[in-house]
Amino acid sequence: MDDTLQNLALGFSIALSPAILWYAFVGCVVGTLVGVLPGVGPLAGISLLLPATFGLDATRAIVMLAGIYYGAMYGGSTTSILMRIPGEAASVMTCIDGYAMARKGRAGAALAIAAVGSYVAGTVSVVALMLLAPPLASFALRFGPPEYFALLLLGLFVLAYMSSGSMLKALAMAALGLLLGMIGIDQMTGYFRFAYGVVELGDGIGVVPVAVGLFGLAEILATAGLAVPPQVIKPTLRELLPTRQEWRESAAPIGRGTVLGFLIGIVPGSAHIISSFVSYAVERKLAKRPQEFGQGAVAGVAGPESANNAATSGAFVPMLALGVPSGPIPAVMLAAMMVHGVSPGPLLIKQQPELFWGFIASMYVGNVVLLILNLPLVGVFVNLLRVPYAILYPSVLAFCILGVYAVNGSVVDVWIMLLMGGLGYLLRKLDFETAPIVLGVVLAPMLEMALRQSLAMSDGQYSIFVARPISATLLGVGLILIALGLQPLVTRGLDWRARLALAEKGDEHP
Amino acid sequence: MLTTDRVAGGALVLLALVVFWESRRLPLGSLRNPGPAYMPVALAAVLLCFGALLVVLAGKAPALSTVSWTEWRHAVAIFGVCAFAALALERLGFRTTVALSLAFLLLGVERRGLIFSTVFAIAFAAAFLLFDTFLRMPLPRGPFGI
Repeated sequence: MDDTLQNLALGFSIALSPAILWYAFVGCVVGTLVGVLPGVGPLAGISLLLPATFGLDATRAIVMLAGIYYGAMYGGSTTSILMRIPGEAASVMTCIDGYAMARKGRAGAALAIAAVGSYVAGTVSVVALMLLAPPLASFALRFGPPEYFALLLLGLFVLAYMSSGSMLKALAMAALGLLLGMIGIDQMTGYFRFAYGVVELGDGIGVVPVAVGLFGLAEILATAGLAVPPQVIKPTLRELLPTRQEWRESAAPIGRGTVLGFLIGIVPGSAHIISSFVSYAVERKLAKRPQEFGQGAVAGVAGPESANNAATSGAFVPMLALGVPSGPIPAVMLAAMMVHGVSPGPLLIKQQPELFWGFIASMYVGNVVLLILNLPLVGVFVNLLRVPYAILYPSVLAFCILGVYAVNGSVVDVWIMLLMGGLGYLLRKLDFETAPIVLGVVLAPMLEMALRQSLAMSDGQYSIFVARPISATLLGVGLILIALGLQPLVTRGLDWRARLALAEKGDEHP
Repeated sequence: MLTTDRVAGGALVLLALVVFWESRRLPLGSLRNPGPAYMPVALAAVLLCFGALLVVLAGKAPALSTVSWTEWRHAVAIFGVCAFAALALERLGFRTTVALSLAFLLLGVERRGLIFSTVFAIAFAAAFLLFDTFLRMPLPRGPFGI
C-alpha cells in the first residue's frame, strides 16, 4: 500500500505539471465535444485525433487521448438528456429517463446528476484501477503463449456474449474481423497474405481506418440523408441544482452503478453499453416505484451514467496490466500507445512508472476538469447541436479523411476507411454490430502468433491449452459463455441481449 | 423469404469461399505445424459455418424489403466524395481536395448558398495551417506547394 501511495505521489507530481494539466484539459474539452456530437463517439474521436498527438511525447499523448475517452463518455449524456440522441452508444439508457426528466422541466437536474454520478464513478473506479492493475500485472508475468491465446479467445467470446442482439451474428462479425486481421505479412514465415501487390498492406490493416470507417463514416452515410432536425431543450444555469429529494434518490444508484460498471468494465466486451443496461435493470428492479422508470426516474439517469463512466476505468485494467484490449475503444487506445512507443502489458508498470502513474493521476485530474466543464458550460456544448447537421457532417467527413490519412501518410488507409464505411453502412442496415470487427482486426495477429508459438512449444500438441491450468480455466469459461449464448435457441425466449437490442432501438424498456 | 440475416449469411459464405480460393497460393502447413494459410483457412471455415447458420436460422429476421433506404442518394454522394478525396489527396494536395469536396457537398448535395459554401470550404482548407504547422500532422501538398 505504501508503494502504491508513493507511486501515486509520483504520478501526481507528473499529472499536476502545467504541461500535462493542459493536455488533460484539452483532451477533456475535445472529448466532451466529440461526445456531444451525435455519431462521433469516443472510438472515432480517439482514432481521428490520434495523429494530432504525434508531435507530443508519450505521456502527454496518452493523457490527452485518455481525456478524450472519458470526456466523450461525459459528453454523450448531454445529448441523451436534452435531445434523446445518444452521443455515444453507452448513453442509450440515459435517453429514456434523462429525456423524460428534461420534458418535465428537470433537464438541469438530470445533467447535474449525470455529471456528479459520472464524477463519483470515475474517481472511485480510478482508485480501484490503481489498486487492481499492479497485482494483475504481476500475476500476468506467469502468462505464456497458451495463456494469452486462451485469454484472447475468451475476450472474443465475452464480446460476442455481451453484444446486444444475436450471439451468432456477433461471433460472425468477430470472425470477419479476425479474417481482415490476417491481411499482411505472416510474422513467422514472411509470406504476403491477401495483399495483391499493395505494399502498404504488408503491415496489415490499421485499426484506425477500420474504426473510423465502421463507426464515423458509416454513421454519416446512414444519417446524413435523414434531415429531421431534433428539438434541443436548453436548460438555464439556475435549473442545474437538483432538489434534496433528487439527490437522495440518486445517491444509492450512483454507488451501485459505480461498482457494477467497474466490474463489468474489466470483463472484455462492450462494457459501457452493457454496464449502463445492467445498472438500469438493477435500479428498476430495486425501485420502490418501478412504474416511474421511463417517466423521468432519477435513478434511471444516476445509475447508468455512473456505470458507464466506471466501466471506462475498468476497461483500462486488462489493457494496462495484460496488454490485452477488452473492447474496440481500448483496442484503439492500445494502438495509440504503441504508435508512441509504449507497450502496455505486465512490464509497463515496472519499466515506465512515470507514464503509468502519471496516467492514473491524470485520470483523477481529468474527472475534476470534466465536472467543472460539464455543469456551467453545458449551454456552450449544446450550442454545437444548433449547427445544422447538413453543415456539421461535411466537416466531420473532412476530419475523418484527414485523421485517417495522417496516421501513416497513406492514401491506402483512406481507401480502407471508405470500404469499411460502406461495409459498416450495409451492416447497420442489416442489423449487425460492427464492434467485434474492430476487436477482431486488433486481436488477429496476436491470436495467431500465440497459437503458433504454443504449438511450437508443445511440439504440435494441442493438449497444451488444457494441460496448463490458467489457459484451461480461461477456455472453460469461454465454453460456458458459448453455451449460455446458445441457450435462447433452445428455450426460444428473449434473453437479456435480445432485450438490450430492443432497448437500443427504442422499442421497449428493459 | 429473403431476410436480412439470410442476405448477410449468404454474403459471409461467399466471402469464406473466396478466402478458401485465395489461400490456395499459400502453404497450409499441418495441424501440428501451421503454415501462413492455416489461420485464414481455419477462420474462413468458421465464417462459413456462421454464415450457413445465419442462412438456416434466418426465418425470424426482418424481410429485406422492410429495410429503409431513403437516404441512399446522400450516401452515394458522400461515398463518391470520399473516393474523390482518396484519388485526389496526393495529386491535388490536402487544401484543394478538401475545398473541392466540401464545396460539392454543401453546394451540390445540401443546396447551401454559393457564397456560404465557398467561404466555408476555403476556411476549412485554411485549417491546413493548424494541422500541418501547429500540430505537425503530415498532410500532402499539391502542385506549386498548395
